[in-house]
Amino acid sequence: MALYHDDDQAMLADTATQFMAEQGSIGKQLRHWRDKDCPDGFGHDLWKQMAEMGFTGMIVDEADGGLGMGNVEAGIVLEEIGRNLTPSPFLTSSVLAASALKHGSNDLKGRYLPGLVSGDSVFAVAIDETAKHRPDRITTRAEKSGNGFKLSGSKSFVIHGASADMIVVAARTSGADDDEEGITLFAVPKDASNMSHDAVRLVDSSVATHTKFDGVELDGDAVIGEVDGGREILDAMLRAGRVGAAAEGVGVARGAMDMTVDYLKQRKQFGKLIGEFQALQHRASHLYSEVEIAKAVTIKAQQLLDGNSDRAELMSSVAKAKVSKAAGLAVKEGVQMHGGIGMTDEYDIGFYMKRDRALQEFLGDAYFHAGRVAQMSGY
Amino acid sequence: MSDKSDLEKFRHETRAWLEANCPAEMREPVRDEEDVYWGGRNATFKNDAQRQWFEVCLEKGYTVPAWPKDYGGAGLSAPQAKILREEMSRIDARPPLSSFGIWMLGPALLHFGTEPQKKRFLGEIARGEIRWCQGYSEPGSGSDLVSLQTFGEDKGDHWIVNGQKVWTSYADQCDWIFCLVRTDKTNKYQGITFMLFDMASEGVSTKPIKLISGNSPFCETFMEDVKVPKSYGADSSGDIPAYVGEINRGWDVAKYLLGHEREMISGAGGGDRTSAIGAAMKRHAAKTGDEIDPILRAELAMFDVDALAYGAMGEKFLDEIKVGKAHPAQPNMMKYVGTELNKRRHELMMAAGGSRSLEWESEDTGGGKPARGWLRTKANSIEGGTSEVMLNVVAKRILELPGS
Repeated sequence: MALYHDDDQAMLADTATQFMAEQGSIGKQLRHWRDKDCPDGFGHDLWKQMAEMGFTGMIVDEADGGLGMGNVEAGIVLEEIGRNLTPSPFLTSSVLAASALKHGSNDLKGRYLPGLVSGDSVFAVAIDETAKHRPDRITTRAEKSGNGFKLSGSKSFVIHGASADMIVVAARTSGADDDEEGITLFAVPKDASNMSHDAVRLVDSSVATHTKFDGVELDGDAVIGEVDGGREILDAMLRAGRVGAAAEGVGVARGAMDMTVDYLKQRKQFGKLIGEFQALQHRASHLYSEVEIAKAVTIKAQQLLDGNSDRAELMSSVAKAKVSKAAGLAVKEGVQMHGGIGMTDEYDIGFYMKRDRALQEFLGDAYFHAGRVAQMSGY
Repeated sequence: MSDKSDLEKFRHETRAWLEANCPAEMREPVRDEEDVYWGGRNATFKNDAQRQWFEVCLEKGYTVPAWPKDYGGAGLSAPQAKILREEMSRIDARPPLSSFGIWMLGPALLHFGTEPQKKRFLGEIARGEIRWCQGYSEPGSGSDLVSLQTFGEDKGDHWIVNGQKVWTSYADQCDWIFCLVRTDKTNKYQGITFMLFDMASEGVSTKPIKLISGNSPFCETFMEDVKVPKSYGADSSGDIPAYVGEINRGWDVAKYLLGHEREMISGAGGGDRTSAIGAAMKRHAAKTGDEIDPILRAELAMFDVDALAYGAMGEKFLDEIKVGKAHPAQPNMMKYVGTELNKRRHELMMAAGGSRSLEWESEDTGGGKPARGWLRTKANSIEGGTSEVMLNVVAKRILELPGS
């Protein structure tokens, strides 16, 4: 398959670009909600509009009311979300949770997918338990209790946790904390008993929770897939989420780079446009190279994932690591090349730096994924 | 749909053909210069396998698979050529024939050449009969190539060429040269002609340049009153000019070709074999009861991320260039990143090898291959346009920054 968008995908990209630029802009969304100190950190109206565009359920199977699209298509929307820094539950709901629900029973699908497709529901995922992403170690436990389970433990960095109508929780149903097996995924509804959220605003103005499960009672039908069979589903969900985060990161990188290159063409010092200085030209060209490569490896990973390739695992980690580095460079160069104005809240470039920081951390940073690349490469 | 199944069929056939025809000895990575078959008047095969592989490919048109059949190719479409490349790389098959004729003069002739010119020169290249070298750089014209001074004085039906080229790859072993020669001293850009002539012509001499690696892949080439006819005769379909494109418009050809050269060199950095350093280190360490230094492991891992990502970039670039989606200046970016990566790879290999990789002549290191190879890569970001020039071009043509 050629590493560029086919005609349908290119059309979707045009639509998404225009829609997100108009409706998801920094002024209309991120800055607006940030200034209002919005407890959700995103706008529900836009989420509804995204549903009307068909975005929210785009990877949901057609049989379940979605569009039956893949990671390439989700990535197209995510790149525009990234470029506009649009606060949106798309990645957690429409990519991560939707990927997990693909493995769920018809009953679970019927309970949650219509709300996702219509834009009435928002989902979150609860994976991390410490400040670093470490999905190999899961200590949150779900003990058998009657016909259901009792969930105990705590999760961190649950993006949109307090706003979510349902949280996909990775818990241990058997074995020791570091065991590969013995994981089960649960779809935990908003109104579950004994669940409490400590909401924290993050550097990028998004809201995450530290979520405590203090004997949360769950029905047996809250299980996604099989009991003790959650690792594979978790891995599949993580692959989609990481490649999705990479796509969003590409958008962040391109947004920051475009803004910066424009600035180099406008700002004058020493009687010259600063873009005439070779010291800045070379850095801008290097940045361009890195962002182009990040873009390429991301579409590669998306296609491998959609094709169920056995290289998808490796390349999704390569993509997440490479994009983290490239986007990190884009926002750092962005602020530096903007000079003093780049440090002001009034100017948007700083928002890119903040969003990138949170996105780098989400589902594993460059160090985590480079480590996995080494492991998968046999060292 | 039928396109897709046709391509699948082609893949199956190609796989079967390679299985049946590519000798086992030709399915290993190239280790040294002798493993590469360059063709030419004085060519010798290293072994029977190399000869056999060349001959079956020649018959099939696979020395230049994407060239039209009329010029010795197999006339493969772009997707078919990609499949052949993928299938060859799957079994580590070596190229049956390597040459600057295939990589550089060929694309220029395909684009600018006359019909009889193509028939003659492309055919010779495809059959491995003539080995070409490239006469571009001069002692005073490196990055600023267009300032070149080698001069061809117009004598009616021929030129008398005088001057000196430098960094001519393997000039001492090549048969013909494609050479940039100034033919109008009053016009900097439109005063250069892209000439083709025989290295055996009277007045041509070469002198190998010894590099820091101790090897001499490059020469100085001297031209003293070399007579270059303007035409090499004609066939029924027309003239065979001794230059590509038009007289005084050789810079257009050179610019076009530099794009190809940059693509070619940029191919050196990526690929899946990069991760082999870490795995080999770990195997070696396990034998000696050692462990990989964790900081080195981390650097290897970050390198593998970059190299694998660059591999995807290379694939995307090739896919896009075929359908005209790639920015025309994109090869400059590829060249910059690819060569910098290759240098980094060799730095890491030196570190991974430790003191063993310092050995300059020992048998164990094949005569200092790690060290000499490492030193050779330092030229990657100089030859074919320095990294700094590449960054300038990206700034100017892609980012459209002012005053660059």
